[in-house]
Amino acid sequence: MTDTVGKTEQMTKKGVSRRSILKGGAAAAGAALGSGAITGFPTIWAQNIKDVTLRQFGTGVSNLNEVAQKVKEDLGFTLEMTALDSDAVTQRAATQPDSFDIADIEYWICKKVWPTGNLQAMDTSKIKNYDKIVGIFKSGKLTPESVIAQGTAPHTVGFVDGPDGKAFATEETGWMTLIPTIYNADTLGIRPDLIGRPIESWTELLNPEFKGKASILDISSIGIMDAAMVCEAMGEIQYGDKGNMTREEIDKTMAIFTEAKKNGQFRAFWKTFDESVNLMASGEVVIQSMWSPAITAVKSRGIECVYQPLKEGYRSWGGGIGLSKSLTGLELDAAYEYINWYLDGWVGGFLMRQGYYSAVPETSKNHMDENEWGYWFEGKEATGDITNPFGDVLAKAGETRDGGSFYERMGAVACWNAVMDENQYMVRKWNEFIAA
Amino acid sequence: MTDQTQSISSVAPAAKARAKSPFSLSRLPDAVTGWLLSLPLALVLFFFLVLPIAMIVVVSFWGATEFSIYPAFQFDNYEFLLTSPVTYQVFFNTVKYALITWAITLVIGFTVAYFLAFHVRTLTWQIILFLLCTIPFWTSNIIRMISWIPFLGRNGIANSTLISMGVIDEPLEWLLFSDFSVILAFVHLYTLFMVVPIFNTMMRIDRSLIEAAYDNGASGLQTLTNVIIPLTKPGIMIGSIFVVTLVMGDFITVRFMSGSQKANVGRLISNDIALLQYPSAAATAVILLITVLLVISILLRYVDIRKEL
Repeated sequence: MTDTVGKTEQMTKKGVSRRSILKGGAAAAGAALGSGAITGFPTIWAQNIKDVTLRQFGTGVSNLNEVAQKVKEDLGFTLEMTALDSDAVTQRAATQPDSFDIADIEYWICKKVWPTGNLQAMDTSKIKNYDKIVGIFKSGKLTPESVIAQGTAPHTVGFVDGPDGKAFATEETGWMTLIPTIYNADTLGIRPDLIGRPIESWTELLNPEFKGKASILDISSIGIMDAAMVCEAMGEIQYGDKGNMTREEIDKTMAIFTEAKKNGQFRAFWKTFDESVNLMASGEVVIQSMWSPAITAVKSRGIECVYQPLKEGYRSWGGGIGLSKSLTGLELDAAYEYINWYLDGWVGGFLMRQGYYSAVPETSKNHMDENEWGYWFEGKEATGDITNPFGDVLAKAGETRDGGSFYERMGAVACWNAVMDENQYMVRKWNEFIAA
Repeated sequence: MTDQTQSISSVAPAAKARAKSPFSLSRLPDAVTGWLLSLPLALVLFFFLVLPIAMIVVVSFWGATEFSIYPAFQFDNYEFLLTSPVTYQVFFNTVKYALITWAITLVIGFTVAYFLAFHVRTLTWQIILFLLCTIPFWTSNIIRMISWIPFLGRNGIANSTLISMGVIDEPLEWLLFSDFSVILAFVHLYTLFMVVPIFNTMMRIDRSLIEAAYDNGASGLQTLTNVIIPLTKPGIMIGSIFVVTLVMGDFITVRFMSGSQKANVGRLISNDIALLQYPSAAATAVILLITVLLVISILLRYVDIRKEL
């Protein structure tokens, strides 16, 4: 009930001003020229596009009302945003295809949802910044030398054979399932003021020193990954692929965590963003799995909190926009328009100034100043105050980002959020762990 | 009272008017009238109670893949449920929460109702104090529940007060995210459901019975156990049914107050639903429904509510 912190922003503006028509027209014309693919009737839909309403839903991270406002300003049509938690997002994408036009989902959710046929593949020739998209989402390699991490790496579920393809393709085919929008490398959050010593390894989560002061997230598919990072770091289990465990590996992992739970290692489990912030800020928990903006939220309350890079590497995740199967005609054109706009840099800059990465960093650079780009992307010392898009100061001059530059952070990914072949078994085991 | 007389007087002319009309109900045989009158309620109950429950029972035999459910008739869901030790543990937990909460709310609810009914003399004060009990219910129960969290936390008000008073040296960890906090929240949330029906039946007890007991030399305790408690039984039963069903069906209180560390059946179901395992959730719901019905039928064996009301 409260899980789904439903937040729907509707920006329907009835009387349409001359200005917005002109803007919409200009953007539409620009897009038609730019993409070269939309050769249809730009003038007609330029006038109609203002009536288009696209319904987007997804997890809270990128479903931001600011984006919807900017879409209205730049493109002229209305974007309705609904933010839900990962489980609810999966459920909706899988069971209610007519309730959305655009699904903003994570890659592992895509693996689960794609076989239902509720989403349509996207023609990459209509995506004008396609060539600039980071390698992680295309070949799977950040740099040509990179080793591909375990788990559901985005490129493995990023392409299908054709417009109606059901099976994922192993290489770039020109038909994308999701257009990558946002991604990051996750690690443990700690309270350095309450711990008072350096933390370097995932094993610390189960260190008896933090008995009753640790937490892990109760979203099975992500929680199991954090658990696996810990068990592997402890040397207890050697995984073939943390993102696709065997039943035996699942059993062993859950056994270690169940024992820790029975010994009172965990203070609580969290499921929503706010819960993780409150646990950390109140000092109930000093070390836990956490998401990057949650760290920011704790810091903005004036409490010390570090997104601790660990020697075993990061657990990473990526999200993208998928189009509903039922999207056709003008709405579909508007959706492509939206995607092109998304990759054009404004959103990228907006997201990167909160600590996420954008799929096309070079366009985002145009929307960030040198100090911000240096701090967030290049891992350089800040030369002045670093503020997020909402005006909160996150770092002062001289500070550097936890974990360093983009290549250091995304280059040290140990595994991606995943769905396993043994997913149902894992879920049942996870439920047992929670109930134990 | 005035309400009733008004409604009667307003109904009467209407009834007369109907009697004159050619489609009058009174021309129909009594049996048919009876059926017709009960029809709307029967339909409502059929569509909004019987049908959904039947659907749940049907779905509980279906199969599920990761993202869809398919019609089938298989016992997999029940088999997994009934052979898993976790199920028994969780049902045990659920019953434990229900029993403890029931016992505490009963004692508190009975005491409060007793005070209101027998110690507060004037009707005005009874009404004022009764309303006072309901004031917390003007806020959402989620808010009432969550407000305990900062109070009970490691650095919360309870712990810091106790430490500054010198009662304890270390913060008490079990105050929050434990069975204690779960039951505390349940008691806080549901005591009123016990107070109201008990108070209601107590107010109907003929005061002369208590005088008679007193005149016959019964002590205060004897009056309580021999007169008041037997006469309050229906209220206690109704309150118990409320509390037991509410606690057994809850999932959000357990999740928040235990920091997701404890599980009851409601959480099992909500986890299944979140993971799109509807058939498995339905099977759990069916078992829970059977358990609750059993509990209530046991409760009803002690009191014939219909007769007592």
